Amino acid sequence: MEKKKLRSKKGAERATRILIYAVLIVISIIWLIPFLLLIIQSFNGNAGGGYGNSIFPEVWTFDNYVKLFTETDFPKWYGNTLLVSVVVTVFQTAIVLVTSYALSRLRFKMRKPLMNLMLILGMFPGFLSMTAVYFVLKEIHLTANPLGLILVYSASSAMQYYICKGFFDTIPKSLDEAARIDGASRQQILWKVILPLAKPIIIYTVLTAFIAPWGEYMFASLIMRGDTSMYTVAAGMKEIFLSQGNEYKYFTVFCAAAVVVSIPITVLFIWLQRYYVEGITGGSVKG
Amino acid sequence: MVDLEYLKMSPLQKFWFNFKAFFKGLPSKFSAFFKAIPKKLYKLWLAFAGIFLNIGRAARDGDWKTRTSFAVMGFGLVARKRYLRGILYFLFEVLFVLYMVFFGGKYIAQMGTLGEVAEVAVKDPLTGITVYEYHDNSLLILLYSLLTIFIMIAFVYMWYQNVKSSLISQQFVEARMHLPTDKEEIHSYADENYHKTLLSVPLLGLTVFTILPIFFMIFIAFTNFDGNHYPPANLFGWVGGENFANLFGGGVAGNSSKFAFTFGQVLLWTIVWAFFATFLNYILGMLVAIIINKKGIRFKKLWRTILVITIAVPQFVSLLFMSQIFSDQGLINNLLVKWGVIEDAGRIPFLSTDGTLARTMIILINVWIGIPYSMLICTGILMNIPEDLYESARIDGAGPFKAYMKITLPYMLHVTTPYLITQFIGNLNNFNVIFLLSGNVPISSDMYNAGQTDLLITWLYKLTMTYNEYGLASVIGILTFVIVAVFSLVLYNRSKSVKNEEDFM
Repeated sequence: MEKKKLRSKKGAERATRILIYAVLIVISIIWLIPFLLLIIQSFNGNAGGGYGNSIFPEVWTFDNYVKLFTETDFPKWYGNTLLVSVVVTVFQTAIVLVTSYALSRLRFKMRKPLMNLMLILGMFPGFLSMTAVYFVLKEIHLTANPLGLILVYSASSAMQYYICKGFFDTIPKSLDEAARIDGASRQQILWKVILPLAKPIIIYTVLTAFIAPWGEYMFASLIMRGDTSMYTVAAGMKEIFLSQGNEYKYFTVFCAAAVVVSIPITVLFIWLQRYYVEGITGGSVKG
Repeated sequence: MVDLEYLKMSPLQKFWFNFKAFFKGLPSKFSAFFKAIPKKLYKLWLAFAGIFLNIGRAARDGDWKTRTSFAVMGFGLVARKRYLRGILYFLFEVLFVLYMVFFGGKYIAQMGTLGEVAEVAVKDPLTGITVYEYHDNSLLILLYSLLTIFIMIAFVYMWYQNVKSSLISQQFVEARMHLPTDKEEIHSYADENYHKTLLSVPLLGLTVFTILPIFFMIFIAFTNFDGNHYPPANLFGWVGGENFANLFGGGVAGNSSKFAFTFGQVLLWTIVWAFFATFLNYILGMLVAIIINKKGIRFKKLWRTILVITIAVPQFVSLLFMSQIFSDQGLINNLLVKWGVIEDAGRIPFLSTDGTLARTMIILINVWIGIPYSMLICTGILMNIPEDLYESARIDGAGPFKAYMKITLPYMLHVTTPYLITQFIGNLNNFNVIFLLSGNVPISSDMYNAGQTDLLITWLYKLTMTYNEYGLASVIGILTFVIVAVFSLVLYNRSKSVKNEEDFM
């Protein structure tokens, strides 16, 4: 009798496990299908683009990719985005690191008020400032220019200090004290003590800073609207490929562009996944 | 309330208890807030008095070198061999005077009216044709006057610092104490004053590209800047609280009550959306994490990677693609027609005319986008829950559901409350999802330039980018800020009380 009970328990466990596998497979399908569909549609040879009415296209072709790189401004957008994201990554990483170090390690009168100020500033809907920012840039002749976009993206990076400061807070203070006894200045502590220990958070900051411009649409479309060839990929794909009335014509080209944009980001992301997960879990849930 | 009694309560009771406690605590919090005001004011007064006291002291005790610093900044410092600082103060003064004379002054003078003449007729001496040239630009006047005010505040601060350090230098010399040399001063910026070195650039960027624009926006809310008053061809001017009155239905504009109605509708949907987008994603993500983490399930890494891929693809790509395949002429509708599920005439308006359906679809698509994130976050924490907790629960005869309710959920909620709060607040202002998905949702006729799916922030976007209603939009922006701030305060407050009352670790 004991044995029978054990077996039925085992049977129940097996049933749950099968159920779980089924659920997981369904989930995987739901999550992957849109992306497969996207890839398939990018090879759709329906004359004149169009949404089509079958999952698998009647004609398979590379034309969408050819068209993307020869007939549209896409290569320029791609270059702009790459330029912007590389430069922004450098500035943003530097700004976030030094701000976090100052707020985490240095003690000065305005420290608390400054942190509160940045918290409050973060609550204003970001693009409300867009109009003013646009006119500021226009006055210094940086609209329709990647430099303007770089300036806007980098300028407010200080507000993203939160996660990085959280990481610095976990580095033991005794290290600083030991260095100070040895006569190190606060600058030397940053360079020789803190930064060498901060590799995971540096990678996290670099990763998020690099990816952000590829998906930012609002500022990019506003600041570059004088010259559509200066768009970033996000702005271009939304404003040109999917502009009202063009969606039908450009849909398959849009899919091709989406694939080209996604591949490097995805590779980078999967490669550095560990740091990303550490960053978001470490920074946002510590309580 | 004894801690033990609290721990005995069911989750629902606990929630009710916290809920009651929050509102019970409100009056005392309010009174504490107001009681603190006189104290704060007194402190502020002390700070101000200190400033004037220092200035007075410098005027009274200062020798001629210090007193000259009142007019010629940095003089007292240079006279005491602190050349670097002194010269920098002097340069700052010169630049400030030049700026005010040639640039800032004329804008400040026009701030009261925001310009009087938009265009002037100019006769071209060669051709004799009269052309119109733009003259005053209200927008630039407002922008530059704000900038000038910022610079003036900076100047007053620098002037005060200059007086103060002149006096201190004098006192140091009189007391025969060691004054820092230029070299020592420079070194201090890598050590005691290192925060000034580090934070100067980030704060400058923040001031010009965040703080200045926010002030600009707040001032715009009190003007009639809209499509009919659009610089440079037209001027706009101050209208006082008219835009606010319009919003609450008391204004003179014909659309005022409609505007108030729209604000209510949009606000309601914004809160509903933020609630679902946060908690649905969180709970479903946690469930997925739990079943992947379950003992005996193989290929854990594979399942996780599949979900992580969807994070890696830029969000705007997935959102735009979804909005395309679910559109009226989109792939999904085409397939359904082809398979005979629906008639060609009866295409399903997933993301267009049917407001309720569009809202549901947006929440569902957002679940699809959001689950992998919450799955990732939950996975790490789930693995931290001590296994023996479950072991002892099993021995006490608790089933998996009970173990979940009594161990997993409280633990997760305890650890992830800050995450949930930031998520909720982020969702109140979630522009991307709504904007990229609901491009096809038409403006609804009973609302003021808003569609059924618009959040406050996308409505704001439409008002500015499509309809040029800057004045009204700024009012909404200010209110959005107030709402977000209130939510943050209330939520953080609650989370603090939770933390104190059921400390887990």
